[in-house]
Amino acid sequence: MKPAPFVHHAPRTVDEAVAALVAAGGDGKVLAGGQSLIPLLSMRLAAPGHLVDLDGVAGLDTIEVTDTHVRVGALVRHAALEAHDDAATALPLLRQALRNVAHPAIRSRGTTVGSIAHADPAGEMPAVAVLSGAVVEAVGPGGAREIAAGDFFAGPLETTLDPDEIVVAVRFGRFPAGTRTAFLESSRRSGDYALAGVAVAVQVGDDGAVATARASFVGVTPVPDLLDLGGVLGGLRPGDPVPGGVADAVAAHVDPESDIHASADYRRMLAAELTRRALGATLVETTRGAA
Amino acid sequence: MSAPAADEPLEITVTVNGVPRTASAPARRLLSDFLRHDLGLTGTHVGCEHGVCGACTVLVDGEPARACLMFAVTAQAHAVTTVEGVGDDPAAMSPVQRAFAECHALQCGFCTPGFVTTVTAYLQDHPDPSADEAREAISGNLCRCTGYQNIVKAVLRAAELRRAEAGA
Ligand SMILES: Cc1cc2nc3c(=O)[nH]c(=O)nc-3n(C[C@H](O)[C@H](O)[C@H](O)COP(=O)(O)OP(=O)(O)OC[C@H]3O[C@@H](n4cnc5c(N)ncnc54)[C@H](O)[C@@H]3O)c2cc1C
Ligand code: FES
Ligand code: FES
Repeated sequence: MKPAPFVHHAPRTVDEAVAALVAAGGDGKVLAGGQSLIPLLSMRLAAPGHLVDLDGVAGLDTIEVTDTHVRVGALVRHAALEAHDDAATALPLLRQALRNVAHPAIRSRGTTVGSIAHADPAGEMPAVAVLSGAVVEAVGPGGAREIAAGDFFAGPLETTLDPDEIVVAVRFGRFPAGTRTAFLESSRRSGDYALAGVAVAVQVGDDGAVATARASFVGVTPVPDLLDLGGVLGGLRPGDPVPGGVADAVAAHVDPESDIHASADYRRMLAAELTRRALGATLVETTRGAA
Repeated sequence: MSAPAADEPLEITVTVNGVPRTASAPARRLLSDFLRHDLGLTGTHVGCEHGVCGACTVLVDGEPARACLMFAVTAQAHAVTTVEGVGDDPAAMSPVQRAFAECHALQCGFCTPGFVTTVTAYLQDHPDPSADEAREAISGNLCRCTGYQNIVKAVLRAAELRRAEAGA
């Protein structure tokens, strides 16, 4: 259970980090918080020759809240984002989801951007990125580019990032006024990866009726793509019960796998029920969770 | 940047319990092994080596973190506190250590250093937890012996001891 030998690079700037990745010629990996990568190295599921450690790169640890988004730098730890009150006010879904990411001792080192770059379908923050219409800011040898979250996740642990590109920040989109969000998951122990989880965003229009409703999932889809529930929920009013059609729509959308913790059927049922409850939470009559 | 060849020993200096400590180790040396093997600080225990059990939990800049999920080279830029730094004198134990002893919150003691560091950091931010909050606070640490009941009691007792100390 020890990592294979590698050369450690400690760049001070993004340009130096990119240069180190380019020099590694495809045999390099970015090391952020290490909370996913180091277990993979220790189990020898990965053995890159070069690790480019972002820990000392200046300027990547900032959180910016604007009218349209919350921009999270690559070195912002899950714990720091969870604790950030302005970010939680601007986009309540961030804190709602981050509470479910691992344990405090993992959140203190693990980065939110790293968990998106890692693209684990069992991760919470990829689902939040897709639901909020996030934009991934990447820098590579050819300069900077932006990738919509919907185009970023290519498959389990697979993204459309090039091997010599670094994600410098993710801009999570803020929802329009009148949007209520909720996040629910079920796991065997608090802090464990979820058997299934869901993030929902329901926008109630000026007429008091549901205008849009969307969901994205944790642990039950290969990539966290959006499920549009507008057809099932459109026109409902806060206080109305969640229609049964939601369960069918979710069951048809998700594609879970069986493992020692739960069967695929159980996970599908769980995803549908969690979605029903999450939507119920957004449809209570008080105006809570507005983003 | 000129980088050394893979696995070449590096001079690594980490501030542990307030003291800069230097040893020679390759870049792939985990902080947990650096503490135990290179610095002889065997208070930090190693169980699963993939972040799950919590036995190796130390404080990095005051926050609980897994020593098995950090490289010693990275730790050079941070201040590390191990269970020895929480208290290494049986005659002058910290409130958390005293509470664990008083409440029989350990049997074999393998998991204990990770609980002590985790709970020490937790109580700094949450000085007066409820039993449910105490349970949540230790949910990232595994104990194969005690059944956790006495550990939950110890968290609450440690909070009492800390408050008594602060009030005294
Ligand atoms: C016991 C345990 C339980 C956990 N439970 C959960 C959980 O319930 N939910 C959850 O979501 N996560 C969980 N995690 C993982 C945790 O959230 C990680 O922090 C996160 O997945 C990765 O972030 P990191 O900063 O640690 O990235 P690293 O581990 O450093 O990197 C992960 C991968 O992403 C790449 N990468 C990281 N940052 C960048 C970047 N800026 N640019 C390009 N590539 C990058 C790396 O090259 C690597 O391939 C758990 C981890 C452990 C050990
Ligand atoms: S040894 Fe580090 S968490 Fe188990
Ligand atoms: S006391 Fe033995 S593992 Fe906890």
